[in-house]
Amino acid sequence: MSDKPAPPAAGGRASMKKELPEHFKAYKNVWVLVEIEHGQVHPVSWELMGEGRKLADKLGVELAGVVIGGVAAGAREAASECFAYGADIAYLVENSVLADYRNESFTRVLTELVNAYKPEILLLGATNLGRDLAGSVATTLATGLTADCTELAVDADKSLAATRPTFGGSLLCTIYTLNFRPQMATVRPRVMAMPARQEGRAGRVIEHAVDISEESIATKVLSFLPDKRSAKLNLAYADIVVAGGLGLGGAENLQLVRNLASVLGGEWGCSRPCVQKGWAPAERQIGQTGKTIRPKLYIAAGISGAIQHRVGVEGADLIVAINTDRNAPILDIAHLAIATDAIRMLPALTEAFRARISPHSRDRLAG
Amino acid sequence: MHIVVCIKQVPDSAQIRVHPVTNTIMRQGVPTIINPYDLFALEEAMRLRDAHGGMVTVLTMGPPMAEDSLRKALTYGADRAVLLTDRFFAGSDTLATSFALAQAIRKIGETWGAPEIVFAGKQTIDGDTAQVGPGIARRLGLTQLTYISKITSLDAKAGSIDLERRAEGGAQNLRATLPCLITMLEGSNEIRRGTFADALRAARAPIVTWNAAAAGIEDMLKCGLRGSPTVVKRVFAPAPRADKAKQIEIKPRAADTAGAFIEALFEVRPSLESDMVELAVGQ
Repeated sequence: MSDKPAPPAAGGRASMKKELPEHFKAYKNVWVLVEIEHGQVHPVSWELMGEGRKLADKLGVELAGVVIGGVAAGAREAASECFAYGADIAYLVENSVLADYRNESFTRVLTELVNAYKPEILLLGATNLGRDLAGSVATTLATGLTADCTELAVDADKSLAATRPTFGGSLLCTIYTLNFRPQMATVRPRVMAMPARQEGRAGRVIEHAVDISEESIATKVLSFLPDKRSAKLNLAYADIVVAGGLGLGGAENLQLVRNLASVLGGEWGCSRPCVQKGWAPAERQIGQTGKTIRPKLYIAAGISGAIQHRVGVEGADLIVAINTDRNAPILDIAHLAIATDAIRMLPALTEAFRARISPHSRDRLAG
Repeated sequence: MHIVVCIKQVPDSAQIRVHPVTNTIMRQGVPTIINPYDLFALEEAMRLRDAHGGMVTVLTMGPPMAEDSLRKALTYGADRAVLLTDRFFAGSDTLATSFALAQAIRKIGETWGAPEIVFAGKQTIDGDTAQVGPGIARRLGLTQLTYISKITSLDAKAGSIDLERRAEGGAQNLRATLPCLITMLEGSNEIRRGTFADALRAARAPIVTWNAAAAGIEDMLKCGLRGSPTVVKRVFAPAPRADKAKQIEIKPRAADTAGAFIEALFEVRPSLESDMVELAVGQ
């Protein structure tokens, strides 16, 4: 190790809170990056707008949406849509170079906007785009970035308190960026509720022109292959989800989960250890590092409910746990519990639901 | 061709236990592994080396015991291993970590030639931030290529690389320039079994160990706690909900338990029944 003298006794950064440096005091307002992919705004942007509204109201500042996109790529429409979801301001950067997401161009533009208009809080969706962009923008600005937050709040001294799972999802921690601005955070899709759309709500569009040429961007997008009806999207936005965990004993028993999900017209998923064991593909993983879900009904079969799983399912209206262990952590968040072997219970539930639902659906079709 | 792969030694998370009373992590006896996502990066790097020639250097920052993971990487077939370790790095957040690693990569470049490609995993399983890779790219001015599922072609002479990137709602086919930083998506390849010769070599191989000074790091204010803009103020376990889960009575026949459950379910949420019928019709 180092031969150098020991550093000053570490009191931890928490004890180093000092007055915010003078040049950061001008940083005001809450920003949400509005993510556009192929003309469509990602729903996570509106979910964040709802959350950003609450933060802005607590701080007594304005809420802004930041829209970066190509000409005629839906950017202008997205900017006016910001107001319906609660924004007071929409910053609009339209340029044909920005039609496709590329790290270099978007980092340059978002960094320029932050330096020009100085927000105190900048929120992005924890999508592949948002995480790719947030990491490089935070490094360029040398500010703090908290990934995958599950809760955002403003504390007494008006700092952003960003809570996220830590230690591989076994505990939660609250993180602050005390002496730097903007305070940046990403939030996964479906973690925050979708706010109601307010028709006719207005705001100010601030167009910002950037000097960016295609030649200056080294990375080229050769082509884009859209997914066929993505399983990922269906899982995050499904109304009914059935998931299995290690309690199922083996990959083959995930079929029991799929069967029940199919009868209920829902989607299926699994816990992280199942993916790590290779029982299911990563896109089926539910939890902090997988998909966050907010279904009307969530059935967890043989899942103990570690915090990293819990934060991904807490938004469900109703949670059912099938687990032999009456003390499993999943019971802390479940509304209904069946304390029995999931391998026995799943086929029985599948049959019972089939009998209960199918005649109704036939009746209705006939009617 | 010189390729650097950044890896991290992490606790095998499946085995992490939280102390039931103090809510602190019980680290004793928890085995450590190479962050699983990093193995996809390491394998991809070795494939490029095998096809184009050159060397793969693995780099990690961590406590002295992180040497275990570097040695493991050598058994898989990496050529050289560098451990960056110094108590000044303790408490680093992602910004401070990317600062130290970027400096170490510069030093690696000065020592063995500048790397054309730096690889990292998609994210770690303990921090889950996915921020260190982009941080390194930004600091070193490397083209940042995250969530890469496939390297289609590489023309090292022309300094050009074609790859497939997982974007929202589809796959982007990109043409980018070297030098670049690539984070590999999981499942994009499978780590090889190292050869017997690799295992023998790994057992004897020296691990190049640098402290901050040896890595050429001068600005200690950018390292460790002092170089970290984020502050962890509170670590806690979530409070359990006040109302306990309602237990469904377990009957001798599973079918009867299922029947009792469905009655209870529709009693708690009557609207679910019509929702289910609609979903079933929609199928």
